Amino acid sequence: MKIEQYTPAEERLFYILLAFGGLVSVIGLGAAYYMEHFGHVVSGMTNQVFWGLPHVFGIFLIVAASGVLNVASIGSVFGKKVYKPRAPLSGLLAIIMLAAGLFIIMLDLGRADRVLIAATHVNLTSVFGWNMIFYPVFFGVVGLYLWTLMDRRMHGYSKAVGVSAFIWRLAMTTGTGSIFGFVVARQAYQSAILAPMFIIMSFAWGLAVFLLVQRSMYAWNNMELHPSVRQRLKNLLAIFIAAVFYFVVVYHLTNIYYAKETAFEHFILVSGGIFPVLFWGGYIVLGTLLPLFLLYHPAIWPKSGSVCAASILTIIGGFCLLYVFIIGGQAFPLDMFPGMEVSSTFFDGVVGTYTPSLPEILLSLGGLGVGFTLTVVGVRVLHFLPQDDLAKLQDAGHAFD
Amino acid sequence: MTERNQTEKNSDKSTAARRNFIGAVAAAGGLAAIAPGIHLVQVSQANTPPRPAGEAASKAVRWGMLIDTTKCSSGCNDCVTACATENGINETVKDARQGSQWIRKIDIKEVKTGRSHSLPMMCQHCANPPCVDVCPTGASMKRADGIVLVDRHICIGCRYCMMACPYKARSFVHQPLTDQNPEVPRGQGCVESCTFCVHRIDKGQQPACVETCTKAGHNAMLFGDLNDPNSEIARRVAQVTTTQVRADLKLDLGVRYQGI
Ligand code: SF4
Ligand code: SF4
Repeated sequence: MKIEQYTPAEERLFYILLAFGGLVSVIGLGAAYYMEHFGHVVSGMTNQVFWGLPHVFGIFLIVAASGVLNVASIGSVFGKKVYKPRAPLSGLLAIIMLAAGLFIIMLDLGRADRVLIAATHVNLTSVFGWNMIFYPVFFGVVGLYLWTLMDRRMHGYSKAVGVSAFIWRLAMTTGTGSIFGFVVARQAYQSAILAPMFIIMSFAWGLAVFLLVQRSMYAWNNMELHPSVRQRLKNLLAIFIAAVFYFVVVYHLTNIYYAKETAFEHFILVSGGIFPVLFWGGYIVLGTLLPLFLLYHPAIWPKSGSVCAASILTIIGGFCLLYVFIIGGQAFPLDMFPGMEVSSTFFDGVVGTYTPSLPEILLSLGGLGVGFTLTVVGVRVLHFLPQDDLAKLQDAGHAFD
Repeated sequence: MTERNQTEKNSDKSTAARRNFIGAVAAAGGLAAIAPGIHLVQVSQANTPPRPAGEAASKAVRWGMLIDTTKCSSGCNDCVTACATENGINETVKDARQGSQWIRKIDIKEVKTGRSHSLPMMCQHCANPPCVDVCPTGASMKRADGIVLVDRHICIGCRYCMMACPYKARSFVHQPLTDQNPEVPRGQGCVESCTFCVHRIDKGQQPACVETCTKAGHNAMLFGDLNDPNSEIARRVAQVTTTQVRADLKLDLGVRYQGI
């Protein structure tokens, strides 16, 4: 492994970034403690919308964690040379993002102090229960995978371990999608399409995060990505964005035509206030059409910054989509008495409202802070900059396969 | 482990035999009393023998409730008040949406005909409870006698059960609590729902809401053992048309409604 020499300016920047990330994480911890101490009264959550902003952030990170490993999988499982030098960074980000996502979800529990109970009392009929097994094993398998990549003596095992990690993360994302898919009670969920939809979303969001991190690392080292590699990666991102779009369309169409959830769909897509705005403006325009335009327009995509902008937009679109899915799905009232108007003191039949409070926002950002800090440290200590040996690739004749 | 946490699957045979015997005696009493009709409440009470301390809940019993919506009036809130008093739900919340409601009154109106009803809604004590299926820790559990409970010493407050319950029957405790009924443990950060007043049933009493509704003369709520063919509730369920809310989900509910 090459030992990197840092200039004093780089040293300083490293510590500034570290301090920034650490501060955001500590503020997040403080916010969680505050919520734990005073109870969720200090949050915007209610008995109708009880999964709030922390779930949106936490689930985004957990889903993207699985997807970010895709880059490594394409390299080692499918043997594509361009992706191989990117495998260590991809593995590292996968572990970090899962940790950051769990940080948020766990600290948002009503009794975060009982998290050990969650780990020791596992109910196997519960999808949440499965996840208690998926997550630790994911850490283990990806950790092992990183080891096989970094340690020459272990190289021989990297393919086998890579394949296991690949299978495991597909199962894990299926589990995340199924958290919602098995909820028969609610119009928004209870759909078999959610599991594959979450897998595709993980591909798009994970790759977008990967491209951003890679870009920052290259900028830090005054390097430019080779145009052919860049083109390959941006095409892949575009395909994933389009695939997510396809699944979102199918999801809504099946809801309308097969499940006959027209009232719910009308709410989410037309009349539901913030939700249609986030869906059309945030997910469709900003998160889908605009990045596809940036990635495919012949005059734009070769320009520096276009892939980076498309990645940021993809991530913003992902957050909007999840917000609509998670919060909107709860805000729409349960239909207990079809064909009847209902009213009660418990807001039956009433659309739930939700405004995230400051502690929730800080906890959510704290999770991002944890991820950021770990990435800064990991990248520096472990030297994960993807290095393309293009001459070698071309000699071998599969630079572009 | 708390006593409430006992969900022993194989109930003791001698216990079952004793219960059958008690059931038979009660049935005999019921037959004698059925003509005047006036003793019906006593019959159903005779069918709810106390559960001795240390003895597991019996699988032979399935506690259930029948609500006659024709006798329940829109303005009446007696069951809700009784529940709050019994279970110590006395906290004041700034935002009503964050307060616990174990039982609530729902007014429903048929859109087409304009016909309206009023009914109490609470945990339906599903035989196939989605809340129990999804609970990651096993804090949500179904007792052998069909009562669905949350063990508040194990609940981590993940709120997944609230996502899964089709009846909005569960509440999350959003704030610290004081002045609790020692028989009804509740706690900040945990999820809770109607227990059918399990602490009263185990003493051979009726749930507080049912007792109050009956005492006030409304007689809209009936509680008893659905498995005992001689119980008042089982007979009524066999005779009149009753409804399970969202029967399409096939959860086999312990609470049945009449008149909707
Ligand atoms: S009504 Fe809701 S809380 Fe009660 S048993 Fe059924 S799913 Fe669980
Ligand atoms: S909130 Fe408590 S009872 Fe409900 S699913 Fe989570 S651990 Fe189980």
